[in-house]
Amino acid sequence: MSLVYNDDERMLAEAARGFLQQNASPAVLRGLRDTRDADGFSRELWREMAALGWAGMLVPEEFGGLGFAHTGAGILCEQAGRRLAASPLFATAILGATLIREAGSQAQKQALLPAIAAGRRLCALAVDESARHDPSGIALLAHADGDAFRLSGEKILVLDGHVADTLVVAARSRGAPGETHGISLFLVEAGSAGVAIERTVMVDSRNAAIVRFCDARGELLGALHQGWNALERTLDIGRICLAAEMLGVAGEALARTVDYLRQRKQFGRAIGEFQALQHRAAQLFCELELARSAVLRALRAIDEPDTALAPFASLAKVKAGDTAMLAVNEAVQLHGGIGMTDEFEIGFFMKRAGALRQIFGDSYYHTDRYAALNGY
Amino acid sequence: MSNLDEFRSETRAWLEQNCPASMRGAAASGTESCWGGRKWVFASEEQRLWLERMAARGWTAPQWPRAHGGGGLDKAEAKILGEELARLQARAPLESFGISMLGPALLRYGSEEQKQRFLPPIVRGEIRWCQGYSEPNAGSDLAGLQTRAEDRGDHFLVNGQKVWTSYADQADWIFCLVRTDVEAPKHAGISFLLFDMETPGVSTRPIRLISGNSPFCETFFDNVRVPKENLVGELNKGWDIAKYLLTHEREMISGLFGVGAPGQAAPAGIAVQRIGLRDGRLADAGLRHDLARHSIDAEAFRLTLGRVQDEAKAGVGTGAASSLLKYYGTELNKKRQELLMAIHGADGLGWEGERFAEGFVPRSWLRSKGNSIEGGTSEIQLNIIARRILGLPG
Repeated sequence: MSLVYNDDERMLAEAARGFLQQNASPAVLRGLRDTRDADGFSRELWREMAALGWAGMLVPEEFGGLGFAHTGAGILCEQAGRRLAASPLFATAILGATLIREAGSQAQKQALLPAIAAGRRLCALAVDESARHDPSGIALLAHADGDAFRLSGEKILVLDGHVADTLVVAARSRGAPGETHGISLFLVEAGSAGVAIERTVMVDSRNAAIVRFCDARGELLGALHQGWNALERTLDIGRICLAAEMLGVAGEALARTVDYLRQRKQFGRAIGEFQALQHRAAQLFCELELARSAVLRALRAIDEPDTALAPFASLAKVKAGDTAMLAVNEAVQLHGGIGMTDEFEIGFFMKRAGALRQIFGDSYYHTDRYAALNGY
Repeated sequence: MSNLDEFRSETRAWLEQNCPASMRGAAASGTESCWGGRKWVFASEEQRLWLERMAARGWTAPQWPRAHGGGGLDKAEAKILGEELARLQARAPLESFGISMLGPALLRYGSEEQKQRFLPPIVRGEIRWCQGYSEPNAGSDLAGLQTRAEDRGDHFLVNGQKVWTSYADQADWIFCLVRTDVEAPKHAGISFLLFDMETPGVSTRPIRLISGNSPFCETFFDNVRVPKENLVGELNKGWDIAKYLLTHEREMISGLFGVGAPGQAAPAGIAVQRIGLRDGRLADAGLRHDLARHSIDAEAFRLTLGRVQDEAKAGVGTGAASSLLKYYGTELNKKRQELLMAIHGADGLGWEGERFAEGFVPRSWLRSKGNSIEGGTSEIQLNIIARRILGLPG
């Protein structure tokens, strides 16, 4: 099992890099932010991504998707990270598609996946309720009401919450917070009665919302009380893709920093001649190489049928998360005063890394989980 | 059956016949390595036999040309031999700087006469070599070395001192960097010389480390006469040979001391044994966090080791990957030793006696501090990464 890209993967990376180089950038993100764009992303860009097949990359071919190996999804996420590209790729093409594929009935998959693959239906996964990630602590209640369910409670950090057509909600149908048994999954139409969506402006100018449910109608996705396995697997796939995006953010931050070190002159020479700065850049390079290995391994692990995914997901999220934070911290510091200005672009990378670090468990969460999974 | 399959089955059969029981499997793991050389006293008849048999096939140096005593194997065959040896957990028949360092340099830079003369005794383990590079005033700045070799017509006259010469007091011959031109810029006045450690004027003194005894020595040269034909490559072009060897040494050290090294028990396992669990979790939350964080880095490092090897095979990847591996592997190992000291607590302070395993824990901790210094300091490795990979100026 090689951690070197094969020819198909290399071609996909080049194509993705080229496309996103043209169509996404920190400048585009700045525009979405400053105009307070209602969608928070370009619908036109999403249409083009869908035309390339990206919306359906994880949707099986029988439902109109491309059925990529997950390494492909990681490749797209990394390239999106380099350009700080805002799009529904993560929430819809990765989280939504995965959870519906993992837990849905044939009828549900048929109803939703083709539209997702075509870029016509957007999803948002509603899982977090507390500020620090704690998925087994889910408390939002779901109680049976005839052949459907009624959901009541509040979800936070719902990525793409305010643009989603379909909310996929993890709720508690039995038991107490802290128990993984008793968590169920539901499909909730965004416009339905009892659903109040409040868009939140976040540090990284990306889409997130608070969603309040008040006896909102939900359609059961998967077996009652038994949603945890599909949820955790989806979260792990999400974590690994976030780690891939962090590789892109970190890699671009390092590249811009090295360029700056070579160009910026003080004391009659390029500051890149100073050994202290050379060492910091070199150390960051080493961390990035290790993070890359961890992320690549984790992406491959998703498609290995007998491999426990959780340890790889935590490995990737910790290593990529810490590395991305180091990269953006070094980037701002080594750019000096200009790095602190909003006008300069490097700050956007720090903001995105700060958010990515937090989503679906930070390094504290995943280091602890890694230890627990390894028996200590 | 393909040629390679035939080779494998023949190799397997030969090893089964010829690898003595005490040189394989668990029995072998406790035994000492064989370094050979004129002074060597074999630990057992089996150790001697194993060396003799493997050397006769040239399998102490499997990929060297047959003409010079080597096994003449190609990469694929050498890989198979390695796998078959590993299958038996056979210990290496010979540890040798001659094989790992000098041999490749001679094959690349030596004259035919030198190859004929020096390589076969290396293969047979008859001559043991040491490396004369660093000096008290030439460590990181190795090219600043001052050991002088004056041209005296039919010989060189060598005066000076080397330091950190591993096993100099056990070795038969030395490969030595000397200054043959004091006027030229420092890199352009260095030559690569071979000579017998028994030559009058050569003496050694062992160096004790903060961790206790070590194989390192100081080596002194007092009017040592070295025949002209012992010059390897061109006069004053020895720096090229030195550089070639240093990369090999770097890779060797990553393998030995880096976290990829075989036989390293995970500190977390030791912690669970010594400290215990509470409600299924290690009963020290802070230490648990540090152990897990280190374990994550160690696994990412192991994956990177594999990836670098895969990239090299595929002909892609950064140059100077050996600097990354050496730097990161040694720093990780130091961190590991710090964690082991924490885990052992007061038991990690004992220096002597059976109760403290003769100070194995603190001695390992102290010895690990040298890993980031020897074979090119971490700071030098970072310089190399910064300049060669990131293209920073200087």
